[in-house]
Amino acid sequence: MRRAIGVDFPLVGLALLLSIMGVAAVYSAGQTDVSTGLANLWRTQSLYLALGLGAAWMVSRISVRALDHFTPPIYIGTLLALVLLLFVGRGAGTGQHSKSWIYISGVSIGQPSELAKIAAVIMLAKVLAGRSGAPQSLAELARPALVIGVPWVLIMLQPDLGTGLVFIGIFFAMLFWAGTDWTLLVLAASPVVSLVLAFNTGIWGAWFILLVALVFYARPHILESIAVVAANLVTGVAAPIIWASLSPYQQRRLLVFLDPSSDPLKGGYHVMQSQIAIGSGGWFGKGFTNGTQKRLGYLPEQQTDFIFPVIGEELGFVGVAIVLGLFAWLMLRCVRVAGRSTNPFASLVAFGLVSMIFVHVLINVGMTIGVMPITGIPLPFFSYGGSFMLTCWLTVGLLVRLSIEGRGRADSLVI
Amino acid sequence: MRFHPNDVQRRSRGAAAALFLTIVFLMGSFFRAQVLQHRRYAIAAEENRLREVPLAAARGLILDRHGAVIAENIPGYTVSVLAHREDSLRAVLGRVAKIIPMASDQIELVSRRFRRGSSRPTVILSSASFDLVSRLEEYRLQFPGLIIQETPKRYYPDGAAVAALVGYTGEISDDELGAEAFSGYKQGQQVGKGGIEKQYETRLRGREGVRFVEVDARGRVVRNADAETTLLPEPAAALTTNIDLDLQRYVAGIFGDSLTGAVVALDPSTGDVLALHSAPTFDPNRFVGGIPVAYWRQLNDDPRKPLLSKALQGRYPPGSTWKLATSVTALELGLVTMEERMAVPCTGAFQYGNRPFKCHLARGHGLLNLQQAIEQSCDVYFYQLGLRIGLQRLIAGGIKLGGGSRSGIDLPNDNRPSFPTEPIADYFNRKYGARGWSGNSPSLNLAIGQGENSQTVVNLARFYTALANGGDAMTPHVVHAEPERTRLFELDSATLDGVRAALAGVVSRGTAAASQIQGVVLAGKTGTAQSGRFVNGTELDHAWFAGFAPAVAPKIVVAVMIEYGGHGTRAARIASKIIEHYLKAAPTQFLKTEGE
Repeated sequence: MRRAIGVDFPLVGLALLLSIMGVAAVYSAGQTDVSTGLANLWRTQSLYLALGLGAAWMVSRISVRALDHFTPPIYIGTLLALVLLLFVGRGAGTGQHSKSWIYISGVSIGQPSELAKIAAVIMLAKVLAGRSGAPQSLAELARPALVIGVPWVLIMLQPDLGTGLVFIGIFFAMLFWAGTDWTLLVLAASPVVSLVLAFNTGIWGAWFILLVALVFYARPHILESIAVVAANLVTGVAAPIIWASLSPYQQRRLLVFLDPSSDPLKGGYHVMQSQIAIGSGGWFGKGFTNGTQKRLGYLPEQQTDFIFPVIGEELGFVGVAIVLGLFAWLMLRCVRVAGRSTNPFASLVAFGLVSMIFVHVLINVGMTIGVMPITGIPLPFFSYGGSFMLTCWLTVGLLVRLSIEGRGRADSLVI
Repeated sequence: MRFHPNDVQRRSRGAAAALFLTIVFLMGSFFRAQVLQHRRYAIAAEENRLREVPLAAARGLILDRHGAVIAENIPGYTVSVLAHREDSLRAVLGRVAKIIPMASDQIELVSRRFRRGSSRPTVILSSASFDLVSRLEEYRLQFPGLIIQETPKRYYPDGAAVAALVGYTGEISDDELGAEAFSGYKQGQQVGKGGIEKQYETRLRGREGVRFVEVDARGRVVRNADAETTLLPEPAAALTTNIDLDLQRYVAGIFGDSLTGAVVALDPSTGDVLALHSAPTFDPNRFVGGIPVAYWRQLNDDPRKPLLSKALQGRYPPGSTWKLATSVTALELGLVTMEERMAVPCTGAFQYGNRPFKCHLARGHGLLNLQQAIEQSCDVYFYQLGLRIGLQRLIAGGIKLGGGSRSGIDLPNDNRPSFPTEPIADYFNRKYGARGWSGNSPSLNLAIGQGENSQTVVNLARFYTALANGGDAMTPHVVHAEPERTRLFELDSATLDGVRAALAGVVSRGTAAASQIQGVVLAGKTGTAQSGRFVNGTELDHAWFAGFAPAVAPKIVVAVMIEYGGHGTRAARIASKIIEHYLKAAPTQFLKTEGE
């Protein structure tokens, strides 16, 4: 059942409100006592917002059927762009080491990996929707894993750890939405967990025992059981070797995440200055544009990755709570869109997109307060950047379309 | 694939719950930092933002006894830089060096200052000229961490004339920073380095103020912080000294650049130091804010050692000025009277053992009594007096008269005179070996102020205050203090009169007859002391004069020493002029006399 009316106005309104706040935050980030060259970025950001709104409007005109139809070429095109990027890409901002930018005759055009997230979401949605049911075994996870894995590998080769994390988040979130059993997800994720825990033999040992117990509880196929256990053993042993192969800045960032005070003048310096900015904001902040940490250049990349501390410093806990509240509301609206959609593809796309926003918010905001590693991923609607603003509003445009087409089901979630 | 509505509803709730928990978790993290730990982070932000810039306090003025200025403060400029790492400091210095010449050792010095304490601005130039500062100001934008401050700069209007007295100021050294006496001092501060400046550092330093500047992440100064956070410096109160600046200038003028030596002028009734000079001198103004390397090298390479105070540190055999110590020792012991003659008349030499001891007057003085022997400075008389006293009592007497102790003046580097210590046998054994000396033989030399006796000029002046006062030595005081008297000897008034008459006779008809003063009876004793240094086979002598005037109720005691200055009459003439200037009396005549 389709109704061609009813744009989800709260969703659009929330996105617009967050974007306007974002432009204001970018404006404030440019108000410094030291020359940063950021003073006029808010104008550019406004332009990006306008472009984003236009793109969102256009995308909202594309039917879900058409989207479904064009998904494979979009996905293939994106992969080609990512491959190309490995040869011509360049670094920028906090990601100086990663080849994530496309330049044409010296002018940066954008970051294809931003758009690749959307491409991966719709492709994964198409693959999962094409199945008769949720994946039941690790073998059945192979195809979905491949859909996400190929762009993920290409992005990790840039290397862009943050975006890589977003892909993983999207993958598990969409599998969850497709109804995959949680034990299967744990088993699928277990080798990576082993990798991380391998640094402490005791903890890894405990994890390994739990995993074996889970294998006996869930009783997957015998070969898969063996494969999972073997994979955990390999990654547990291989972790130190992989660690040695990481580039120094990645090693440092991981270490600094585990212990921010270990390296106060380098990686940890950013977290510390960010926390000082946020903490010194108090309940109500220092007032819009008045943050001293920001004004004096103590915040790294205060217009992009570290824009949230600007809000924390200038608007205080109240401002932080409002912004996080708005994000929560927006994401709940998106979950509602996913829940109301009768078309599995549409529902999966909606949930994939909201999970993308969710991972961005969690990692970006979390890193500014020191509960997530510094991976250099932007905050939706806030961080300065054309590709990302476009991605965010394409997301909104898609969600609007999905909401328009998906009004066949009663609200599963009343918000 | 189909979604059952119940499944979707369940998953929606699950997703919403995960979302809710995540947002609550994030908000909790922010609540912890922004509300619970707000104070801590607020302080950290302030510490990030603000840097302390010291405001130097003006040192106290140093005034003479009449309120004339010996040391004051003039506006100067300090150039310093705020840097948070040494390489950024060096980068700034490299750029500064393009505008103002900076030697590489200067850059090293600044880096060392930085390592000593980087929280305060590191001083690049502690006394920059206005020209230099205006040149730097032109390029202000290139140096965001540069702080140019107007700071009081020490200035001595009389410069070299007061150098031996006031010393100078300079940046606190590493050693001083580590010393107990300088606890509370900080890197880059100026401290007294000699003379009154060092002695009275605690009274002269004042209290440093502080202001705050706002700096950015790279330590560049953005602006001054709120004025209410500024703590203004408190200058120290003026320090009034006993110095008579007019006399001090006069003394320095007499010495000029050519003479080497020292003068100490004391008020015998109080011990007040009226003037104290060491020549050659140096310009303390050039020491302020860092001594130019060339000037420092020049002073150090000068064989006349301008940096060594010849009034306080230099030790010289006192020569015949010491005959008064011998006389007083003998008189006090009752071994001689003023009228007594010695057994052997002076024939130009005195035979002791197998060696003749010469008198300075080759043709001899004949038979003299003690008064005449003092007037004519007859060595042969004193050889015999020395033998009569005996080595033991001669040295004990010298020690009793202060010959072995510091003058006690309130200035740094008050050197201890070199004089035999008791027990004397140990002293001479140590010095010459058990067989290197015998019995009374050192007495002959000691009696005439030679041998194992080297006095500082200030200590000899102190001894002469006792002669002027009839027994009470006054401890020299540069800054007003309760007079400190030490009873050195007891003589009856007739004997004292005799001693005074003899000292007056030295000037009226004796060895210093060229140095009389109209209307004032000047009493004193010349000294021509063998220095042990020979040039072309002739031994160079130090010229001494120590005395007081007027002879009765003296107002001034003067000790003059001219290094390698030849005959004591030269010193007497200088002393006479100084006293004459001080007492505002005119000299009568300049008679030529033969040497002592």
